[in-house]
Amino acid sequence: MDYPAQQVAEILAGAGFTHVVWLPDSALGPWERALHQPGRLELVRVCREGEAWLIAAGLHLGGKRPLVMIQNTGLFESGDALRNVLFDLKLPIPAVIGYRSALVPNSPDSARHFTEPLLKAWGIDYVVVSRPDELSKMADHFAACQMAGKPGVVLIAEGRM
Amino acid sequence: MPGTQSKPVTRMPFIPALQVLADLRTDQVVVTTMGSAREWPKLSQHPLDLHYIPSAMGQAPALGLGIALAKPDREVIVLNGDGCQLMNLGVLVTIIASRARNLTLIVFDNGIYEVTGGQQTAAATTERGGIDFAGMARAAGFESVRSFNRLSDWQRDAASTLALPGPRFVALSVEPLCLSEDATAYQLESPGPIAERLARFQSALAVS
Repeated sequence: MDYPAQQVAEILAGAGFTHVVWLPDSALGPWERALHQPGRLELVRVCREGEAWLIAAGLHLGGKRPLVMIQNTGLFESGDALRNVLFDLKLPIPAVIGYRSALVPNSPDSARHFTEPLLKAWGIDYVVVSRPDELSKMADHFAACQMAGKPGVVLIAEGRM
Repeated sequence: MPGTQSKPVTRMPFIPALQVLADLRTDQVVVTTMGSAREWPKLSQHPLDLHYIPSAMGQAPALGLGIALAKPDREVIVLNGDGCQLMNLGVLVTIIASRARNLTLIVFDNGIYEVTGGQQTAAATTERGGIDFAGMARAAGFESVRSFNRLSDWQRDAASTLALPGPRFVALSVEPLCLSEDATAYQLESPGPIAERLARFQSALAVS
């Protein structure tokens, strides 16, 4: 599934995001050029997903509006950082998360199996975007979460790993 | 147990090493974590102090980097431990890649996990008795790198080190504060509710 990069970037910039802190996967990767808009939308690259939540936290404390963008495998990796930022520091950092194998019927991929149960366990509101014409869900969900002062996740459904 | 006998390392006392920074600090943000979060509040009560407690161990440099990117005209100093740094060596590369110029990362290397009672880090059990954090920083791309293991040297050169072009990396070899077998002898004390501390910090940062 190819999601149009420029449309994603426009949605995020239009939603007021200033920084995308990311470690991409193969579905999010093609968005790289579009997400790098100096002065409008800054792209911050990390070496490990756990860093992303903390850099976003620092940006938030400094008055910016950051977004974390990682794959669901990175969601698992970064659990302690997420726990700390969202629940101890109580910072409403939103995220776009690549949902590996979500579009593969009966996929045995454990990354797919655990993604939604994990978000539910953490009590994080999320929506799933499964087609390009559903991208408008991103802006709506992040606006609702911002209004409520809470974090939120948009899962981007992907095909095979 | 093979490999657990470290070679003697010259180390400076931890509190006086922190005091050097406290004496030099003006209007920088200072992010503390773990051991430094326990001791720094005894030396400094500044609105731009951010005690990262409760923490995600190893993540303080990333938090400081985010603040530095948000506030490029404000210097940010992160006081990290060696155990914390070992948990996330990749952040050295992340800092360099970010192009942040207003960040100083200081690693206090005592070779142990102090808050859990003094167990050796993996680095301390290498045959060399430690690892070269400064060398790692240079390899990651830091150009302003200094390391000190004598207090007199640190006292003499700290000001000029903080004046080097950023980002800066400083490795300080320090003595453990506590090597008790009783893990409760060295516990982090809460500096107060996190929500209130963050709100105060954000307010101070916003007007600075």
